Amino acid sequence: MTSARDEILARVRVALAEVEPDREPVVAPVVTARPDVVGLFAERVADYRAVVERCAEAGLAEAVAAALPAGSRVVVPAGLSVDVEGAVVDGADGRVLSALELDGFDAVVTEARVGIAETGTIVLDHGAGQGRRAISLVPDKHVCIVRSDQVVPDVPDAIVLLDPSRPLTWISGPSATSDIELDRVEGVHGPRVLHVIVVG
Amino acid sequence: MSRTFVGMPAFPAAARAALADTQLRHNLAHATGVIRAKRAAVVAEVENWEELRLAGAAVKDRALRDLGTHLVDLEAALTAGGATVHWARDAAEACAIVATVAKAHGVDEVVKVKSMVTQEIGLNEALAEEGIAAWETDLAELIVQLGDDLPSHILVPAIHRNRAEIREIFLREMGGAGRPAPADLTDDPAVLAGAAREHLREKFLRAKVAVSGANFAIAETGTLVVVESEGNGRMCLTLPEVLVSVVGIEKVVPTWAELDPLLRLLPRSSTGERMNPYTSTWSGVTPGDGPQEVHVVLLDNGRTRALADDVGRQALRCIRCSACLNVCPVYERTGGHAYGSVYPGPIGAILNPLLKGTGDPQTDSLPYASSLCGACFEACPVRIDIPEVLVHLRSKVVDGHRDDTVPKAEAVAMKAAAYAFSDARRLAAVEKVSGLAGRVLGRFGRATLPGGRRAAGRIPGPGASAWTSARDLPAPPAESFRAWWKRTDGGRR
Repeated sequence: MTSARDEILARVRVALAEVEPDREPVVAPVVTARPDVVGLFAERVADYRAVVERCAEAGLAEAVAAALPAGSRVVVPAGLSVDVEGAVVDGADGRVLSALELDGFDAVVTEARVGIAETGTIVLDHGAGQGRRAISLVPDKHVCIVRSDQVVPDVPDAIVLLDPSRPLTWISGPSATSDIELDRVEGVHGPRVLHVIVVG
Repeated sequence: MSRTFVGMPAFPAAARAALADTQLRHNLAHATGVIRAKRAAVVAEVENWEELRLAGAAVKDRALRDLGTHLVDLEAALTAGGATVHWARDAAEACAIVATVAKAHGVDEVVKVKSMVTQEIGLNEALAEEGIAAWETDLAELIVQLGDDLPSHILVPAIHRNRAEIREIFLREMGGAGRPAPADLTDDPAVLAGAAREHLREKFLRAKVAVSGANFAIAETGTLVVVESEGNGRMCLTLPEVLVSVVGIEKVVPTWAELDPLLRLLPRSSTGERMNPYTSTWSGVTPGDGPQEVHVVLLDNGRTRALADDVGRQALRCIRCSACLNVCPVYERTGGHAYGSVYPGPIGAILNPLLKGTGDPQTDSLPYASSLCGACFEACPVRIDIPEVLVHLRSKVVDGHRDDTVPKAEAVAMKAAAYAFSDARRLAAVEKVSGLAGRVLGRFGRATLPGGRRAAGRIPGPGASAWTSARDLPAPPAESFRAWWKRTDGGRR
């Protein structure tokens, strides 16, 4: 008996018997360079009704602390470059928090891999300072630190920087839905509050 | 047990019922109007949108023109990344693979990311027969599932429901599926979304097995991409131990870099946003992060049939954005159910016959569910020439009836017209009769068209009654052009 794999590939061969393959990758057009990429990034992130603030490197710890309401239970990834007082470090002492435990946290603080100005998007590649995917998903508030030198103009600039062998999470504003009368409302399953701190 | 599209009547009958539903027409007109305006605004913002569309179409074309190679590459890259690759010729094989994986883990429920392909193959119903509950986690899918309803839009399956109806469904049905809706639930969309969050969270936190589709599958790197808004996708792709993704073979993108134009085109065309809230990509298993057992089911289910059609092949470029639905004057009035498929609207009118083949009366009615106005082609981010494919499929439907012993009324009319038009004397005789009809209708016609021309109402008789039930037949001119020319010597007399 032919396997499903062989049969599907055979059907494809028959269907394309007279079609010449095209070996050259397609290069998509790029947009004209914008003058203030970091400013545009901040503006576009804010358009999604995320909280955006800019600060100097020296003021980062203070800005992070101010973004976290007093008494909130905070989880952070190992390798976060800023100290968050009272925060629990995921994976500390080799103990990884379960989904249920993560649900008990109010907020998470992470860094990012790249920011995209044109679309107001933050991409996490879940390296050091960002943590595994679950920690930036389950808590209701995500405080995300983006350095201004991480901000690129548009999607193609980000694609070349990103390593697809790592899991990637592209975040454009807080969780949202347009499923009721195509009216956009923020806040469904992902973090309902996205607080972005642009450094430098 | 949820409803299916099996046994739906052909489009004209289903459309007539839909058109009589004024609430449905109101909901659709409102929702499609909102999304059209949003899409137009964010598309206008892109300086080279047309070039971007060309690039998007070229990427998908390139993927399809060498699909066999890309599929083998995809399989190799996925396997190298720690995923298990399965192949499924049809819906039954795909459903069986998913059920086998779920049963191997002894679960009686799975959580699902919104996915067109799992609806296409009837996965929820197949899993239910195996005693496995499949929980839809997308808000619109949840509304459809709780309401025991059918999806009517690719992006927003509950587009036919307004907020008041959704509130009723949540209050009535959530308790039976898990955490009930709060008694003081209002119809504010934010409050309704909050109720869905509470209802589904316990399911996300305890789920062992998740099922997803994929928007794109990168052959070069073995990367699957899921584009979403709510975070339900991230929940399903991250928290469970096991992930099964059902991926149509046409989802292949050759290289990582070629994902770029598609990610720029899809959100603007789909939800009218610069970027959707969340996009997740993963390449097999990542140790210590996310599901540690990853399965990918590569599905044919008619795609190779569509691939073999030189004209229709372009429909496989579709990235399921639903822009064509939102701009379609037919869809806006009838809604999605009338198309009798999970793929409604203009794309459904071509995709269903291409995937299933022509010959079934319901499927054969779909290429006619269009005025060929071309709005869908203009909106399509990957430039699928839907009107071209519609006309092509109409010819296939007609060809399928060439040998009928009892010819269709349309075929008889066309034969008669060919007979009359191929001879000047015969044409003159027909024009005389039509002139007489014109004078009668001019006096007794029941309707008046803009410009004052009289028109016939419904005309009885086979063929004629079907044609005139939805159209005004303008009264023919009392005198033909040739008779007028002869009488007046070209206007000189």
